[in-house]
Amino acid sequence: MAHICILGNGIAGVTAARHIRKLSEHRITLISGEASYFFSRTALMYVYMGHMAWKDLEPYPRTFWQDNRIEILYDMVAAVDFEEKKMILASGRSVHYDQLILATGSVPVRPEWPGQNLRGVGKLYHKQDLEALESWTPQVRQAVIAGGGLIGIELAEMLHSRGKEVSLLIREPAYWAGVLPMPEANLVSRHILRQGIDLRQGHQVREIKSHDGERVSSIVTQDGSEIDCQYLGITIGVRPNIDLFQNSPLEMDRGILVDSFLRTNLPDVYAIGDCAQLKNPRPGRRSVEAVWYTGRMMGKTVAKTICGHSEEYDPGIWFNSAKFFDLEYQVYGQVSPVDPPSIASLYWQHPNEEKSIRICYDKASQEVTGFNLMGIRFRQEICDRWISQKANLKEVLSSVRLAFFDPEFYRDHAPQLIRAAREQTGLDVQLTRPWTLNAVLQFMKK
Amino acid sequence: MKANSNGSIFHPDTRVPLKWISLGFGLLGMGWMVAVSLGSLVPSAFSLILSFLLMTLGVVGYAVYLYAFVQPGIRNNQNIPSSLGSRGWLAWILALILTGFYVILYWFPAMLGLGDAENRGLVALFDPLSFALKGQKASQWFVYGSLYTLAILLFGIKFIWKYRHSRYQQFRTLSVIFFQLAFAFLLPELMLGLNLPYNDFKNMWPLNYYFFDGWHIEELLKAGNIGWLMLVWGILMIVLVSPVLTYLYGKRWYCSWVCGCGGLAETAGDPFRHLSDKSVGAWKLERWMIYSILVLCVLMTAGVLYSYQSGQARMLGLDTAWLRSSYGFVIGAAFSGVIGVGFYPLLGSRVWCRFGCPMAAILGIQQKYLSRFRITTNGGQCISCGNCSTYCEMGIDVRAYAQRGQDIVRASCVGCGICSAVCPRGVLRLENGSLDLFDRAQKARNED
Repeated sequence: MAHICILGNGIAGVTAARHIRKLSEHRITLISGEASYFFSRTALMYVYMGHMAWKDLEPYPRTFWQDNRIEILYDMVAAVDFEEKKMILASGRSVHYDQLILATGSVPVRPEWPGQNLRGVGKLYHKQDLEALESWTPQVRQAVIAGGGLIGIELAEMLHSRGKEVSLLIREPAYWAGVLPMPEANLVSRHILRQGIDLRQGHQVREIKSHDGERVSSIVTQDGSEIDCQYLGITIGVRPNIDLFQNSPLEMDRGILVDSFLRTNLPDVYAIGDCAQLKNPRPGRRSVEAVWYTGRMMGKTVAKTICGHSEEYDPGIWFNSAKFFDLEYQVYGQVSPVDPPSIASLYWQHPNEEKSIRICYDKASQEVTGFNLMGIRFRQEICDRWISQKANLKEVLSSVRLAFFDPEFYRDHAPQLIRAAREQTGLDVQLTRPWTLNAVLQFMKK
Repeated sequence: MKANSNGSIFHPDTRVPLKWISLGFGLLGMGWMVAVSLGSLVPSAFSLILSFLLMTLGVVGYAVYLYAFVQPGIRNNQNIPSSLGSRGWLAWILALILTGFYVILYWFPAMLGLGDAENRGLVALFDPLSFALKGQKASQWFVYGSLYTLAILLFGIKFIWKYRHSRYQQFRTLSVIFFQLAFAFLLPELMLGLNLPYNDFKNMWPLNYYFFDGWHIEELLKAGNIGWLMLVWGILMIVLVSPVLTYLYGKRWYCSWVCGCGGLAETAGDPFRHLSDKSVGAWKLERWMIYSILVLCVLMTAGVLYSYQSGQARMLGLDTAWLRSSYGFVIGAAFSGVIGVGFYPLLGSRVWCRFGCPMAAILGIQQKYLSRFRITTNGGQCISCGNCSTYCEMGIDVRAYAQRGQDIVRASCVGCGICSAVCPRGVLRLENGSLDLFDRAQKARNED
């Protein structure tokens, strides 16, 4: 029986702990200085908005850890001695490990703007960021969010829900234009404006100002305009949280470098989740993927390897989802802001509602490579099957209803999509499959 | 705030007067009724219409305040920290008022003004409506039925507005409003006016626990053909209509589309849905309680029928009349009414449906073992945020299933669809399909 220490109790670390327990009798210690109990980081916004209480964020009851003999250590790690296989905690204690899983997650990127240590300048990543924001909120009338990624728009929604005047500054010409194709990015931008957010596209912060030298009072953008604010949220991205391991023998680049078994260069040390950087990512995948489900998958994979059922990390076909205010977004497979030369995309957008479907396919082989959905839900297992089995566009279109995952009684947009497909591709397509669960299950069995 | 070209933007502060004006109207309407009840105001058709109108303005005005100035979407903002939404003092006051009303209604109707020859106070206030519908004076039950229907109607309008982006929620709410208004309220009252037996065609044993009472059977038999029809329909509902519909669509066809208890829970009870207990302990308690009450109800009904058939007062040594009246007192009145609705602000809106209703117990068994209905989860898209579990009024820990990609087949699920609506990642879908009911779920469970 070995002592396995897991540094970080996010989704990656916790999934690893759960699966190690399922597969073995090892002693497991889960260490975090952020919160004693695992919580869903992705739902921090809902606590601020008053949709959920803190305890609702915890996916497992608090008795779960003791019941599964997972020891919880609420402390910061000050240093790791990889030679001696021990960790020095902030409290002064040291903990010996036999195997170590690093699951330290991400940290927000800090810009080089003057004034970023003023009161009222914040971020949204850790539990403590939320607490700071909550304590500042009564003094905030106007807020500026700098950075238009997934966290920036969450912060904008949060502050807006509490009646604050929000300006959202983004560098790109439309929201998330570095990831979304332009029509979809414009759809989101319009949606943001419609909510009453002062969205400023192509803007960046140049300087943070303060009247009293303590608290933020305004920001100046690069074109010289000044916006008053009592809160500035900086959300220009995240990076692997690896500062603790600088000057250690651990091999790192942007993140902690790992092989396909999630092993680092040091014996008995593994890295998973946001902090890990794959040396050889699968084709079409990035080396660092800071999303929830890859953390979960890595946690499960590393548990198998540690428990003697070695398994290579295989994240499968890329997918993701988000919600921009009230606009849902899903992606399956590869969708680029601009189609690469060999790829074409079929795009349908609802004439007056905020809904769109994009299907990317290989021009030569007609194989479908990706789906991008706004305001419409698709079924992952179906999209995954089509992409992994290289289904061709005509086949996908004719049975596209199999993928629809919108609730019952929602409008069936298949005929409009087919009309668009005929116009854009000249394909002669007929809808064949009904929109029923049995049809889906039969298809999945084949 | 900067207005923009895409729509009028009101700063939330500018709508605050509307909030207080609406609350004022609503409270004035209720206050008017209380004043009539206490004898300070004379009951009249004018008073009745005025108080209904004021309450309507109150609820609809409040819905306008909440939803008319914002884009459609999930708007549970500041729901949890509010006093009413977190068992604060407002919630306790409301719970006291509601439970107090039920206690008076069930056991002290004279306090509401019910009189042998002539009504006074609140009951008299409803006399004009009662005469208009059936040519008789009102009873306390008529008052209750009217207020109950009004609550479903008004809070139903508020709910539809809240979920104006969801056709499932709209259709479902229109359905509960229709069944309450037409089947539970207007039709039975009009039939009484025509000297026909009182009958709610959508109500069913064992929720309607008096269906097999001797007096009820007698009443139906005395009414001739139409009475026979009601009797046969009532039995057909139990043995045929309900099992078939539950097989096809799950128990939701009844619990969140048709049922009056469900109707109130889904509309007036909506602000309290998150108060349901999600713990495993509560789930255990739920199973013990609901199936015990079902057994009790079956026993009671068998006893009543036995006594009716044989003329014997006792079955297996049990006094069946005592059994029947005890069930009516403890389960029918105290549980379903006083606790079921009175405790909305403290225990959530589905306490009766989850822990007490024998009808829900039967439909639940059918749903679990003999139904195509399940909630499917969308592969790996779940981010464990917990909105689904938080807003499940039946206390199901939906997230526990969703985060491992497991289909959800639970006896208690009433299929309200709110988990699917509040999910930010499009993970949950209510579906009907006869194939692969348990294997998929078992596989996901084993792999997690």
